[in-house]
Amino acid sequence: MPELMQFLLSGVTVGAVYALVALGFTIIYNASDVVNFAQGEFVMLGGMVTVFAHHAGLPLPLAALIAILSTAGIGVALNKLAIEPARGAPVVSLIIITIGASIFIRGVTQLVFDKQLHRFPAFSGDEPIRVLGATILPQSLWVIAGAVAVFVGLWLFFTRTLIGRAVLATSNNRLAARLVGINTGWVMTLSFALSAGIGALAGVLVTPITLVSYDVGIALALKGFAAAMLGGMGNPKGALVGGILLGLLEALTAGYVSSQYKDAAAFVVILAVLFAMPQGLFGKKSTDRV
Amino acid sequence: MKFMNTIEKDSSRLNRKSSISGCFCIRFFRKTISGLRLDALALGALMASGFAGTSALADIRIGATVSETGPAAFLGDPEARTLRLLVEKINAAGGVNGEQLKLFLYDDGGDPNKARTFATRLVEDDEVQAIIGGTTTGTSMSIIPIAEEAEIPFISLAGAIEIIDPVKEWVFKTPHTDRMACEKIFADMKKQGYTKIGLISGTDGFGASMRKQCLDVVGGYGIEVVGDESYGPQDADMTPQLTNLKGKPGIQAILNPGFGQGPSIVTRNYAQLGIRLPLYQSHGVASDGFIALAGKDAAEGVRLPGTALLVAGLLPDGDPQKPVVTAYIEDYKGSHGTAPTTFGGYAHDALRIYVDAVKRAGSAEPAAVRDAIEATSGLVGTTGVVTYSPKDHLGLDLSAFRLLEIRNGSWALAE
Amino acid sequence: MRLSEKQWTLLILAALIALSPFFFPSSYYYRVGSLIFVNGLAVTGIVILTGYAGQISLGHAGFAGIGAYACALAPAHLGLHPALALVLGAAISGVLAFLVGRPILRLKGYYLAVASLGLGILVAMALANESWITGGPDGIKVADLGLRAVLKSQGLDLSNTEFWYAFTGLALLIGAWLALNLHDSPTGRALRALHGSEIAARTVGIDVARAKLAAFVISAVYASVSGSLLALQNRFITPDVAGYMHSIEMVTMAVLGGAGSVLGAIFGAGILTMLPQVLTVFAEYEQLMLGLVMMLVMIFMRQGLLPSVLRLIRGRGE
Repeated sequence: MPELMQFLLSGVTVGAVYALVALGFTIIYNASDVVNFAQGEFVMLGGMVTVFAHHAGLPLPLAALIAILSTAGIGVALNKLAIEPARGAPVVSLIIITIGASIFIRGVTQLVFDKQLHRFPAFSGDEPIRVLGATILPQSLWVIAGAVAVFVGLWLFFTRTLIGRAVLATSNNRLAARLVGINTGWVMTLSFALSAGIGALAGVLVTPITLVSYDVGIALALKGFAAAMLGGMGNPKGALVGGILLGLLEALTAGYVSSQYKDAAAFVVILAVLFAMPQGLFGKKSTDRV
Repeated sequence: MKFMNTIEKDSSRLNRKSSISGCFCIRFFRKTISGLRLDALALGALMASGFAGTSALADIRIGATVSETGPAAFLGDPEARTLRLLVEKINAAGGVNGEQLKLFLYDDGGDPNKARTFATRLVEDDEVQAIIGGTTTGTSMSIIPIAEEAEIPFISLAGAIEIIDPVKEWVFKTPHTDRMACEKIFADMKKQGYTKIGLISGTDGFGASMRKQCLDVVGGYGIEVVGDESYGPQDADMTPQLTNLKGKPGIQAILNPGFGQGPSIVTRNYAQLGIRLPLYQSHGVASDGFIALAGKDAAEGVRLPGTALLVAGLLPDGDPQKPVVTAYIEDYKGSHGTAPTTFGGYAHDALRIYVDAVKRAGSAEPAAVRDAIEATSGLVGTTGVVTYSPKDHLGLDLSAFRLLEIRNGSWALAE
Repeated sequence: MRLSEKQWTLLILAALIALSPFFFPSSYYYRVGSLIFVNGLAVTGIVILTGYAGQISLGHAGFAGIGAYACALAPAHLGLHPALALVLGAAISGVLAFLVGRPILRLKGYYLAVASLGLGILVAMALANESWITGGPDGIKVADLGLRAVLKSQGLDLSNTEFWYAFTGLALLIGAWLALNLHDSPTGRALRALHGSEIAARTVGIDVARAKLAAFVISAVYASVSGSLLALQNRFITPDVAGYMHSIEMVTMAVLGGAGSVLGAIFGAGILTMLPQVLTVFAEYEQLMLGLVMMLVMIFMRQGLLPSVLRLIRGRGE
């Protein structure tokens, strides 16, 4: 029983990391139908900038704030300099642009900072909390709380605020959105800023657990992308559930079956779910326009 | 300073190269009607402008391809820095046999296919007289056929025993093998009276290869592996695997072959779960960074086989390696601000072995240098004292491997 | 006489392959050339799947992995000749693509992308983990194809790099020829029709599922053969060949060059294969430059390099 509990706690910890990354994908996707493959780099930047600001002597909260704001700024720059000029290009070209952007950001990061692994102290210490014979680190609770908070925030944003609805309207039909007076350019800028900021927040929260270096973004983006697709791309609920589910699957497979094939088990389940529900768990059914 | 030179030298090439993406090509296309001729020319021009980069005439041409980026950057980056640093230093001191060294260094990103291409480039285009590199076993194995065909010496920086066993005429290596790391650890376990242990290894090349070697030799020490777990190189939490190991009946110690962030997280999770068993790490994490990343408290008591480089200050004055590692650490700190890692030491040793052989051979002629390398005897490096022979292209024994323990947040000799 | 697009493409390709060596200052360029051809072959398969049929795959490196490891394992364990191992790999890839193709291809867009990504990762993981047979992440040696020795005995003595340049160049020509033939075949027309609109294609009586499956299987075979040729040329292979980075690289090559045409995609393969070789002069700025080039090309040449350039010429000419 303590074993099961430990597997579950581990799964939720890792799952919350994936969920935070997955949540970052949703806004840009909702605004522009683009899956931003540079999302992992936002997470990485959140961690790296905090590390170096903290090393430079700033208190951790201030360093984290700087990291989140500067990454949001980089998100806006990405939109202004690379996505906006390419408006109207096929989606697959936009994907290549975001992949290019991710390589570019990695290249700049290794120059500006370095290629070593880094970490900063956990927010509430490293003393494990005991739950039914198993343990969890306080930082994991921060990550879980962060994932839930971002989820609630996004859910409120998309359903309760005018701006959030404007984002959805822009994604649905850009022309119609403009006709009803939505400044679609501004909506795009906002969604990139938000997505990047959420990514950076994820980086700040997970770094004490996962450590950070210039190239951690790829693996995180890959898992976050898979989690978002499992849940249904664009839906914050899907991102949260997909992430946690993916984490639990990996932990339980590692615990009970084989740690070598835990990632394989995760992808087998994703394939199975998609075969049964081609839009993911919570995805909207879309119809083809002729 | 050196970098500025490169920029200036390459600036003309840079301008031409921007044509790939931009206006030059378009103008070119407009003028020409025949798509055929133009494509051939464009390709030819592109290749000629981009690749031909061997301007300065150097006397001794050393090639290197290491994984400065990619998953093995943790190993390859200090190797590349070390090679650049030492070549500069040797040249400043007058070179070798009165000749200057010229280093051609490429970043293969840990991709064996790229490593082979760069090795071909080093041989065919840069016309180097020896190759150092191959940060990983995969890249080293890809470079070997090229060096053999070109008949130039190749000194690998990777761990696997396959590189030099069976002995290949032109191939040498500087690091201890994974198998030796396993043997060093198991010898200590045997001394401590442990007979049942658990393994938790990374699924990357380093972890998987060392796991295989450890499973091969463990029987000889009367030790039984009662649990065998693994984790992905970028995993965030290993508590399920460790929980399983902890629950194995009679388990007395745990060994973690791996490098990068994995071992740090394993060590943290170990403390989180309150596991009291002794934890052994591999030489893959032998750097000061490991203690910082794993946390001083969690890392306390961890044992691993390391080189003299990590404990330079603790070596007795009579130790032959002391002056060598101290000098290297000072040089490296002087130019990079941080202490070098074990892996940088591998590159340091490789270059020293090569330079020593060139001196003894009296020229950089590859066949003569190869023979001289094979005759290397008692050369003191950071990894150990190297003595090659026609039957042994590794040149090290277990004596140079030191069993280290982390005490009070720093390295200590366990023996 | 006016040449058709197909004849033009083949003529340009053949001329490039045959004439480029006159510009080569050293035999290292043969190596780069043969890598371009090997990548070009895989990318030609992507043209059929993505360019013709509009389906995205981020898992085709999995098939390249199967092709590569067939050439490593079949000669050692089954005693097959490496050439037959290449055929066996292609057959296994084709059958696997056939089996998983139907359920996977029901998915659309990003869902198809993530499903194919998962498929590729599963293959890569099996290759890395089953080290008792595959040698694990450190890789495995591959048998010699032996063709070079045969040619030598016939009086044609080529260096290793020259031989592989010629051999892979020939393979690319054949691959391009087959893909171009497919373009104008009934299946090709069906694919292009469903690219525009699946519903429209269905209403005019096209078996959409079957056509997509055909494209998936064919492109898998292309990737497999490309992996086999890489393994046979390098004489050593690691699971990296099946990794998702390799999958993404394939798609990027195709899209960057222009996924709509065989020549465009091969052009993209050429650029992205040469770029890292060219960019090494930038040392630590290499990655940054690579990302920058990818972004700039896609921003300013949305249809891909070659089509954009061609349109520009035509636009000026008329």
